[in-house]
Amino acid sequence: MLQPLRETCRRLLDDGTVQVVIGYGQAMRAVEPYPVFITDPNDVGQLVWNEQCRTNLVKYLLRQEIRALGKPAIVVKGCDERALVVLEQESQIERSEIVVIGVACDGMAEARCEVCDAHQPRFADHTIGHATNKEQSAERRYAHLAEFQERPIADRMDYWKAELERCVKCYACRQSCPLCYCQRCIVEKNRPAVLDTSPTLKGNFAWHIVRAFHLAGRCVGCDQCSRVCPEGIDLRLLNQSMARASEASFGHRSGTDPQAELVLGNFSKQDQEQFIR
Amino acid sequence: MNTAASDPANGEFEPKIVAYVCNWCTYLGADLAGTNRLEYPANVRIIRLPCTGRIDFNLIVKAFEIGADAVLVSGCHPGDCHYTSGNYHARRRWMLFRELLATLGIETERVHFTWISAAEGKKFQQLISEITSTTRDLGPYHAYREICETCEV
Repeated sequence: MLQPLRETCRRLLDDGTVQVVIGYGQAMRAVEPYPVFITDPNDVGQLVWNEQCRTNLVKYLLRQEIRALGKPAIVVKGCDERALVVLEQESQIERSEIVVIGVACDGMAEARCEVCDAHQPRFADHTIGHATNKEQSAERRYAHLAEFQERPIADRMDYWKAELERCVKCYACRQSCPLCYCQRCIVEKNRPAVLDTSPTLKGNFAWHIVRAFHLAGRCVGCDQCSRVCPEGIDLRLLNQSMARASEASFGHRSGTDPQAELVLGNFSKQDQEQFIR
Repeated sequence: MNTAASDPANGEFEPKIVAYVCNWCTYLGADLAGTNRLEYPANVRIIRLPCTGRIDFNLIVKAFEIGADAVLVSGCHPGDCHYTSGNYHARRRWMLFRELLATLGIETERVHFTWISAAEGKKFQQLISEITSTTRDLGPYHAYREICETCEV
């Protein structure tokens, strides 16, 4: 898998198709691979591929300093690739200006990989390796959330109080999310301030409600937010609750269909709800 | 909002309800209730906004932060929006937002959504009476107030 990946990247850089390859590299002592930005074809040896390549690299496509390097190629897994689909739907990237190198993945030893149905990339320009995509029922994919929601409401509140108490407002969840791309985030607007930005329970609830809801119907479930959280807060529960609702109510699964319309940018007169009187 | 005001001398709980209403339908419905001398509880604080499509979900959170016991969001009936589709967009948004509130353990029975037209003064009166009495039964929203009090230490 690694050799064809390096060869593809070398070829793309050699013939000038792209100026930079965004991929996974290995630091000397680091346990996890870290992102590398390769501009010289002779450096493709830095690229690695192993069971630790969990990070979703898509965010780097949006960074100005990376864009300044020229046309990029990016190494993605089947799950990361969904973020690219949403970014294109939201006009944040021009798909023809990016070369996508999809790597088939048999799972990254994470819980979510057991219910993954995107082992094989579907929209990549170059695909390395082969894996089979298994159908996964919604019940299976959202089993973790369903189990959480069975708890009584007071329990859930206590759970989030204990979790969000620890939040230090480092905003790593926002910085690493491939779909959080506002030039100026709502928490940075201070004339007037929209949210309480203090790292208190009140401020933390306000922030996490905003962060989660700004991903409503958009989150592709890459779990990058939970992965980077220094306090280990399980943010995917919040993201999943709305992903499941948009799947159930609007038949929309974010990032799976490039032709689909965005959930909150559109409406249907036939939308069915039970709670409006 | 002053928390002390909700606990009058006799110790009875008076719920505070924040109503975000649209300028074109529900606000006029409330106005009609007034001009028709229909009496409804004074527990509701009406806040007029251009359209339900313009009501940010942060406002609901904000209302709880400053001590509301229930929140009402109300606008034009489907098909009646002054801006043709604001309420359809709002409906979708609330469908997802309620899920988030439920996951966070915020009591969704304290967040009400209704469509009230400019002709439905009677419905407005009945609705406010109903929400006030259900909120009175639910009691003060201590759970969210506790969250907000930690920041004052």
